[in-house]
Amino acid sequence: MPIFKKPQIEVRTSPHIARHQSVADIMLNVVLALLPILAYAVWLFGLSVIALTAVVMATCLGTERLFAYLSGRPNPLGDWSSTITALLLALTLPPGFPLWMAAVAGFVGIAMGKALFGGIGYNVFNPALIGRAFVQAAFPVSITTWAPGLFEGRFTSFIPTTFTPPFLSPPAIADWVKAVSLDGFSGATPLALQKFQHVQAPLNDLLIGSTAGSAGETPALLILVCGLYLAFRHMLDWRIPVAVMGGAVLTDLPFYLLDPVRYPDPLFVLTSGGLMLGAWFMASDMVGSPLTTRGVIIYGALIGFLTVIIRLFGGLTEGVMYAILLGNASTPLIDRYTQPKVFGTVRKKEESQ
Amino acid sequence: MGFLKPFLRASFRHGIHPDPHKGDTASRPIQRFPFPDRLVLHLDQNIGKPSLPIVKKGQEVVRGEPVAVADDFVSVPLHSPATGIVRGIELMPTARGPKTRAILIDVYHGSTQEVLYSVKRPLHILPRTDLLRAIQETGMVGLGGAAFPTHVKMTLPPGQEYEIHTLVVNGAECEPFLTTDHRVMLEQTEDLIRGVRYALEATEAKQAIIGIEDNKMDAVHAVAAAIEPDDPITVQAVPAKYPQGAEKMLIRSLLGLEVPPRALPASVGVVVSNVGTLAQLGYLLPRGEGLIERVITVTGAGIKRPGNYRVPIGTPIRFLLEEVGFEGEAAEIILGGPMMGMSASSLDTPVTKGMSGILVLNEKAIEQEAENIYPCIKCARCVQACPMYLNPSEMGQLAAKREYEQMESRFHLTDCFECGCCSYVCPSNIPLVQYFRIAKAMNREKAKA
Ligand code: SF4
Ligand code: SF4
Repeated sequence: MPIFKKPQIEVRTSPHIARHQSVADIMLNVVLALLPILAYAVWLFGLSVIALTAVVMATCLGTERLFAYLSGRPNPLGDWSSTITALLLALTLPPGFPLWMAAVAGFVGIAMGKALFGGIGYNVFNPALIGRAFVQAAFPVSITTWAPGLFEGRFTSFIPTTFTPPFLSPPAIADWVKAVSLDGFSGATPLALQKFQHVQAPLNDLLIGSTAGSAGETPALLILVCGLYLAFRHMLDWRIPVAVMGGAVLTDLPFYLLDPVRYPDPLFVLTSGGLMLGAWFMASDMVGSPLTTRGVIIYGALIGFLTVIIRLFGGLTEGVMYAILLGNASTPLIDRYTQPKVFGTVRKKEESQ
Repeated sequence: MGFLKPFLRASFRHGIHPDPHKGDTASRPIQRFPFPDRLVLHLDQNIGKPSLPIVKKGQEVVRGEPVAVADDFVSVPLHSPATGIVRGIELMPTARGPKTRAILIDVYHGSTQEVLYSVKRPLHILPRTDLLRAIQETGMVGLGGAAFPTHVKMTLPPGQEYEIHTLVVNGAECEPFLTTDHRVMLEQTEDLIRGVRYALEATEAKQAIIGIEDNKMDAVHAVAAAIEPDDPITVQAVPAKYPQGAEKMLIRSLLGLEVPPRALPASVGVVVSNVGTLAQLGYLLPRGEGLIERVITVTGAGIKRPGNYRVPIGTPIRFLLEEVGFEGEAAEIILGGPMMGMSASSLDTPVTKGMSGILVLNEKAIEQEAENIYPCIKCARCVQACPMYLNPSEMGQLAAKREYEQMESRFHLTDCFECGCCSYVCPSNIPLVQYFRIAKAMNREKAKA
């Protein structure tokens, strides 16, 4: 019969169809969701953020490629995951962070946070946060030097610290800040102001992000919208950010009710610092979070709780980063105790009758 | 979306929503298929013991005549689907691969479609055991794919204390592409209700619930209209969701009962039977005829006349595809649905009692499949899709390390019924179900040793 020119038919095992949403699709969408936040950061801080992102991106992708080459794995850049790491890292660094230090952060993040564990899927911690934690410890001054948003000449000049030569300390920028900022920019983040002077930044400023902080962590509202986009496309488990925010609010609420002057109000907790960015884009990283619904709720609530505890009682003003890293570290344990119960083993219906 | 629950039809949890692909065939009435020149009747079409042949080479048989008898309680007879001459009993290829014994029948040209052999019984006065025997003699097995002898399913396992309260009639047809049950419910409604009545008698269940996915509301209405007021039969629409047609899932959706791991539905007082099976039973029993043909959905790439066909058992797939005007190049031929069906290894494989569909996938569809496999990114989609509440992610990682025993001891591997939801959703393209099949086979081997 002429119909069957090719006698070979393939024999494969079921299922024979699949949903075509690959790892690359998911990761690419995360990248897309981060782009508006990056654009906003560029609008706030100008050329410095562009340079910062470019350097972090180049080091992250280069490091990923290098380690894949060394360990004989195929080119991993097609899965976009190191692009996400680079974007998140750039967005969590101060806008005027010296570029050479940013390169260190990118290298450490990918090398120690990801490649050492075996690449995508095997990392325990969020690689961007590993990079961030490393430079926080290594360069404590630079990581807390903030530039005012919307400063004059941001599209024609750089923040003075950006081009600090390697292995040198960055110049002090207090004079520069005075020269370029219109209103009195104190150089302190809303969290620091709240913590040490009990001055709470206005909610409006926090929502639109016109406060001091890392390049992309300030516009709470924009981050929320971008995160919701991913959640609606089922590329992010909405329970995680919700649990993080819920955990943070519930932890803060009793303190706020006891002493509203000393302690921040819950809305401030949600909108200040890196909580929004952390909750929606870093805690929700699939690799480092538990598998079951019960698991992610415990995990998210734990992160929210730790963030607030560190903020209120720790030596640092911001605790999101360490809270998420601790959350990542407890994921295997949470997973162990929140295994799904096999169908038919929970016979609630019959027991209650 | 738990907050929507009160507004939704009750269903099992988890599962997936694959593209149904039923549009090509759902509205095409069942058509009768011509006889091929030769029929291949495998003796092992049913679960349990193979049938025992009672014909010899060169013997003439008429349409409907028994050619093999049940060799045990868990076994069924076979009937000749056409009038012709027995060519011999030979090893022939099966869908699974290895060749097994089959009765070959050369069909007479112009063999009549009329069934020439039947054994009529006074059904309304038969005691239960005789009714079960009559069911066995029709050669009926589960037509939904399992091919488990129908009379065995309706008999309680000996020594068990269960009492069957409900007969669940499975009209979910959740597999994409398949539309046979849908057509049967529309076209053989009377047969179906009659079959349900027989099954109620045979199982001594107090009520029957016909569960139909809500993407087939025409069938829901048709079946509901055919029920007499004094029938203890109800029809219930259940959400269209895969694998709604899995026994345990449908029981959970309709009755809220969970069958414990490794137990039969009987342990919660339920017997499940497929609508196609009961409609066929309702047709055959009063006539005293045997199962000689079944309805099959034939569809997929390159098929000119996709549709639902009533095909003689034993028709070779090659003949079947030629008759429906298949053109182009088949890359893969699936027997059954795309989620749980089997790849045919040879075009000489015949249609069997348990085969519900033939689906042709072309090169393109297959290439899309062959994407890169990534490591597990712990996205938890498989965990949230598994209707058995297993942990395919952890099991997959253990399988990659060949820790097959741990998959069983820590993650309940045997409770996986290979529905395919996990593989379907995995963005890393990990062939999870394939891993689990291998792991189960390895564990079985080890248990034997
Ligand atoms: S194939 Fe097995 S593990 Fe995968 S979803 Fe189905 S029952 Fe669960
Ligand atoms: S769906 Fe695939 S990648 Fe996601 S957790 Fe399951 S096995 Fe891992």
